[in-house]
Amino acid sequence: MGLFTRIHPANLISPANPRTRASHEPAWVRVALVTAGLLVIGLFLIVPLVAVFINALRDGLGTYWNAITAPDARSALWLTLITAGIAVPLNTVFGVAAAWCIGKFEFRGKRLLVTLIDLPFSVSPVVSGLVYVLLFGSQGVLGPWLRAHDIHIIFALPGIVLATTFVTFPFVARELLPVMQSSGNEEEEAAIMLGARGFTTFWRITLPKVKWGLIYGIILCNARAFGEFGAVSVVSGHVRGLTNTLPLHIEILYNDYQTAAAFAVASLLALLALVTLAIKSWIEWRAHLAAVEQQSVTHAPPGGNAP
Amino acid sequence: MSIQVVNLCKRFSRVAAVDHVSLTIPDGSLMALVGPSGSGKTTLLRIIAGLEQADSGQVLLSGQDVTRAGIRERGVGFVFQHYALFRHLTVFENIAFGLQVRPAATRPSKVVIAEKVGKLLALIRLEDLAKRLPHQLSGGQRQRVALARALAVEPKVLLLDEPFGALDAKVRQELRRWLRRLHDEMHVTSVFVTHDQEEALEVADQVVVINHGTIEQQGTPEEIYHSPATPFVHHFLGNVNIFHGRIAGGYATIGELAVTAPAGWSASEEHAVAYVRPHDITLERSSDHQRIEAQIPRERYRELALQQGDTVYFSFQRYHIYPLRPDATTSAPQGV
Repeated sequence: MGLFTRIHPANLISPANPRTRASHEPAWVRVALVTAGLLVIGLFLIVPLVAVFINALRDGLGTYWNAITAPDARSALWLTLITAGIAVPLNTVFGVAAAWCIGKFEFRGKRLLVTLIDLPFSVSPVVSGLVYVLLFGSQGVLGPWLRAHDIHIIFALPGIVLATTFVTFPFVARELLPVMQSSGNEEEEAAIMLGARGFTTFWRITLPKVKWGLIYGIILCNARAFGEFGAVSVVSGHVRGLTNTLPLHIEILYNDYQTAAAFAVASLLALLALVTLAIKSWIEWRAHLAAVEQQSVTHAPPGGNAP
Repeated sequence: MSIQVVNLCKRFSRVAAVDHVSLTIPDGSLMALVGPSGSGKTTLLRIIAGLEQADSGQVLLSGQDVTRAGIRERGVGFVFQHYALFRHLTVFENIAFGLQVRPAATRPSKVVIAEKVGKLLALIRLEDLAKRLPHQLSGGQRQRVALARALAVEPKVLLLDEPFGALDAKVRQELRRWLRRLHDEMHVTSVFVTHDQEEALEVADQVVVINHGTIEQQGTPEEIYHSPATPFVHHFLGNVNIFHGRIAGGYATIGELAVTAPAGWSASEEHAVAYVRPHDITLERSSDHQRIEAQIPRERYRELALQQGDTVYFSFQRYHIYPLRPDATTSAPQGV
C-alpha cells in the first residue's frame, strides 16, 4: 500500500476523497499487479545487469584490468569503435536523406522504399551476413574479380562495416520519419518563398526541427552498431586481434572458459548500454521540456512588454 | 507588378480545383479571392506563388510568363494561413531570414539587415518583442511577424492565404484595417484569399468570387454586392429570400404579387426565381400568405403601427430575377 500512496500523492493529502477512491482498483489488485511488474523487471533486466558486473569483478580488480587491457581485447575494442565510427555516420546521412525524401515528398514507389528501409529489421542478421559472404566471399559472385584485384571484403574490415551498416540502417530513418511527417511542410515552403535554396532550407529550417529525433536515432544506431553479433560473426572470420569485434571477443573468451575475462569485456558493452540509456533519457527529458515550455507560454499575454 | 492568369487548370485526382480560370489583377491593387471552402481559391493563390504547378494555362507577372519559372525567380511574398513562422528562430531572426539567405553577392551587411528589420518591427509595432520566439506571441502578433517577414525581401507581389482566418473577431477587425492602411502606403500588388465575404467587401479594391474552381464574378465591392452576376454570388454575399414565379407580358408574378419584369425577357410563361435581400423588402397593409423575412426601418415600423397578428403585404424595393434553367447558376442576371 505504501508504494501506492507514493504513486498517487493525492491519497496522502485527502484519503477520504471519494473521487480518488472510486478511480482505484481494490488494494490487493494494485499490490499484485505492481509486484508482478517489479518481479519481471528485476528478473529480466536488473539481475542480469548486476550479474555481469559481479562476474566481471569476481576474480578481483587485477584480473578485470588485465582482461580489458589484453592486446586482443584492445584490438577488438578498437575495431568496434572504427566500425561504429564508419557505420553510424553513413547511416545518419542515409537515414536523414531517406526520411526527408519520404516525409516531405510524394512519389511513386514510396511504400516500397519504406518497406525496404524496414528490411534489415525483419531479416535475421545471420542471413544478412551470409548475403555478403555469397556476394563478396572467395566462392561468391564477385569473389574471383575481387581476388584478381587484391581487394579483401569478407574476413576483413570492409565486410564488418558493410554488415554493421546494413543491420543498423533503419534506426535513424525510422526515428526521423514520424518527426519529419508530423512537422509539416509549411515552414519549408515559407523558407523557399523567402528565397532560400534547398540545402539552406534543410540546414536552417528542417534540421533544427527534427534535432532531438535525429540525436535519438543516432544513439540507438550507435548502440546497435557496438553490439551487433550475428551478421558480423558471419563475415568476420573470427581472426583474433584482427577481425574480432567486442561481442565476438566476448564469445571467444567465454568458449575458452575464461568466464571472468568474458564478463569483464562484457561489462564494457553493458556500461556503454547504460551510458546510452542515460543520454537517451536526458534527450527525452530535454525534448519534453521544450514541448512543455512551448505549451505553457503559448498563451502569453499579448501585451508589448519585453521578456 | 500586375498579375495575369490565363486559362489556368489544376486537378487533384479527379476533382478540378481550378477550372479554366482567367483573371487580371492590375498593378498596385488589393484584391480578394473569396469563395466557400474547397472552391479552389487557395490553390489558385499557390499556383501564382509557384508552390503548386498548374496542369495547363499560364501565369504572367508584369506580362512575363512565369508558369515554368521557379519560386525564387518570381519575387512573390507569401503569408501562410497558419503563419508558418520558424519556430526555433526569434522574431528578429524570422524577419531577417529572407535577407540572410541571399547569395553572398547580393546579401546586405549585418548592419543593414539589422536596420531593415528594425524598421519592419516598428511598422508592425513589435519592437519590444524582437527576441521572443513565435510561441511566445499572440495570434495577431504572429500574423504581423509573418507579414513583416514576407515584406522584408521587398516582394513585387504579396499573396496572403486566409490572413485573418485563425484570429478572433476583434483582432481580425483591427488587422484588417491595418492591412488596408499598409497597402495604401506601400502599393504593392496584393491578393488575399478569404471565405469571409464581409472581409472581402470591406478590405479589397477588387473582389473575385470563386465557386467550384471557376470565377463567378469579378468587380469592385459595390458591383459585387449591388449587382450580383449569378444566383451563387447573391446567395454567398448575404441573406436572401428566394421566390419562385413566372414571367408573362412584362410582369413577373410571384404568388399574388406582380412586379415589373426586367427588360430583355422575350419568352413568355417562363419559370423564374427572384432573389430579394431582407432589407429590400418593405411591408404594406394588403395580402399574401407566404412567411418571409423582412427588415424595415424603425420609422416605417412606427408609421404602420404593427401589432402581432396583423395582416401585412410586402413589396420589393430591389430584386433580381433569374430564369429557372438547369444552368441557372451561370446565367446572366436581369436586375432591376
